[in-house]
Amino acid sequence: MTEPGKPILSPAFTPPGSGLAALQLRDIWHLAPWAIAIGFYFVGDGFHSFGTNILIMILFTLSLDLALGYAGIITLGHAAFFGAGAYTAGIVAVHMTTDPLVGLALATVLAGVLGIITGMLILHTQGVAMFMLTLAIASMFYEVANQWRSLTGGDDGLTVPRSAPLLAYFGFAGFRFDFRGMTGYLYTLSVVFLWFLIAWRVVKSPFGRSLDGIRQNPRRMRAIGTPVWWRLVAMYGLSAAMAGTAGALQAHATRLVGLTSLNLELSGIVAVMLVLGGERRLYGAFVGAAFFMIVQDWAAAKNPVYWMFVIGGLLMAVVLFLEGGLMGLLDKIAGLFTRKPEQKAGGAK
Amino acid sequence: MSAPPASQPVLSVRNLCKNFGALAVTQSVSLDLHAGARLGLIGPNGAGKTTLVNLLTGMLAPNSGEIILNGETLHGVQPEQRVKKGLVRTHQINTLLMEHTTRDNVAIAVAERRGFAWRALRYGSQWRACLEEAHACLAGLGIAEAGDRRVSELPYGQQRLLEIAIALALKPKVLLLDEPGAGIPSTESHIIDEALDRLPQDIAILLIEHDMDLVFRFARDITVLVQGAVLTSGVPAEIARNLQVRAVYLGRSQQV
Repeated sequence: MTEPGKPILSPAFTPPGSGLAALQLRDIWHLAPWAIAIGFYFVGDGFHSFGTNILIMILFTLSLDLALGYAGIITLGHAAFFGAGAYTAGIVAVHMTTDPLVGLALATVLAGVLGIITGMLILHTQGVAMFMLTLAIASMFYEVANQWRSLTGGDDGLTVPRSAPLLAYFGFAGFRFDFRGMTGYLYTLSVVFLWFLIAWRVVKSPFGRSLDGIRQNPRRMRAIGTPVWWRLVAMYGLSAAMAGTAGALQAHATRLVGLTSLNLELSGIVAVMLVLGGERRLYGAFVGAAFFMIVQDWAAAKNPVYWMFVIGGLLMAVVLFLEGGLMGLLDKIAGLFTRKPEQKAGGAK
Repeated sequence: MSAPPASQPVLSVRNLCKNFGALAVTQSVSLDLHAGARLGLIGPNGAGKTTLVNLLTGMLAPNSGEIILNGETLHGVQPEQRVKKGLVRTHQINTLLMEHTTRDNVAIAVAERRGFAWRALRYGSQWRACLEEAHACLAGLGIAEAGDRRVSELPYGQQRLLEIAIALALKPKVLLLDEPGAGIPSTESHIIDEALDRLPQDIAILLIEHDMDLVFRFARDITVLVQGAVLTSGVPAEIARNLQVRAVYLGRSQQV
């Protein structure tokens, strides 16, 4: 194409904008999940606590998407951070204050710190070794909660007092948490939205892209000077903090923290939710967690014995036949209606 | 900044030795690269060329000897820190990020060089600057048109050019080119030749290559490595005439 000696004519290039400025009309579908979530508040009478649980699992799945999906950290012990957050929020409510935001903040920070510390121990390993270490750490967390009865209640669990009104500062009465869980639903939705904005920003950032690069090829990243281990530790810490928030929200919503918040089954379920929804999509966490929870609820009502059979069959169907999970399926459906005119226009210039 | 005096090489290797058990794969290798050097490193299979690259980049630790970059010893310096100090390599086999676009592959390297790759929340304008620099870098190698394409969709020759583009985006002082022409059909080999001709003149380059035509066209000096040790060094014409080289190297593989 080019002759030696001649200067190369290159096409003009304007880098795309980022953040809110880059949004276009065709991105309007981003409103859909939030519109559904807000709409549910008005029509979901009697199901607000179920909706809250779905939102909590969405946040937990989103945290796993950062670690497993984007950074490629093979973990089957993410419940360790969810449980750490839940217990922290519960213990804060019992011993310190029932202000939910204090418990939420402390749970987030503590889970993040635990993520960084354990991440430093395990993230120089790869593959099966890393996978085993995440299991081992989750088991240790579980055993600590099981044995430290004075603080955690052991296998009886920890009963969490009702949260004080939200944002009751400077003489403001705040928002009371009602018995139907409507305030709790909006509170949870707000926290999920904040974390989603952070995750959305992070995965498009140079930091997020470098982690995506580490997942694809750590050798390449070392060859361009990336401190691979540190960067994985940072992402693992962020993901753990997010999982800790989800745990704290659950402690506040269900007002009971038990060992099930730390067990390996929960780690497995959240991985299933992520794969069902689709990795590295952010919204995959929304689709996967909501779909799983609704199917589980429906199947358990139909047949309380065999519902896991239904879930297992669904997972097999998605993994075997749907590349990219349910989000991949939505892509295909959307592809039937749009023909990507912007790409053709770009190529014709 | 003034160029370093001719007496001080950018990269200096002193009596480098590496053993794997009883097997000496690098035996007291010494070589100097001055700014603007074009040194070809050749040798039959198993001569220890790849081991030498791994020692230089820090993927392997030597048993003895020293590597000095800009007057500073690299002993104990991690591979990624060596890159930051200006010692950059390309890979024999592509190690590109196949799911990213061509431009992103370069821009990620630019962000890393600028110390900007930790940014997670506020990055808009600086990331755009990285993309612009990446575009210019791709344009310099004639593959700017492929900027928006996923690397997995690129023809192999363009992937090899991208490998070089990423290395250049790191603004190296010393560039180790590990078989830049590997796997490219001979009908397309001219694109690598042209890319090598365009490399900035002040970079010191060590070219490891099996393709003798490429080495003899590109290199101004050639070092021959045999069984981990330097057999001889000289300008290409001398190496081509050297009977020892012919016996040891060319005698085994009929490449020339």
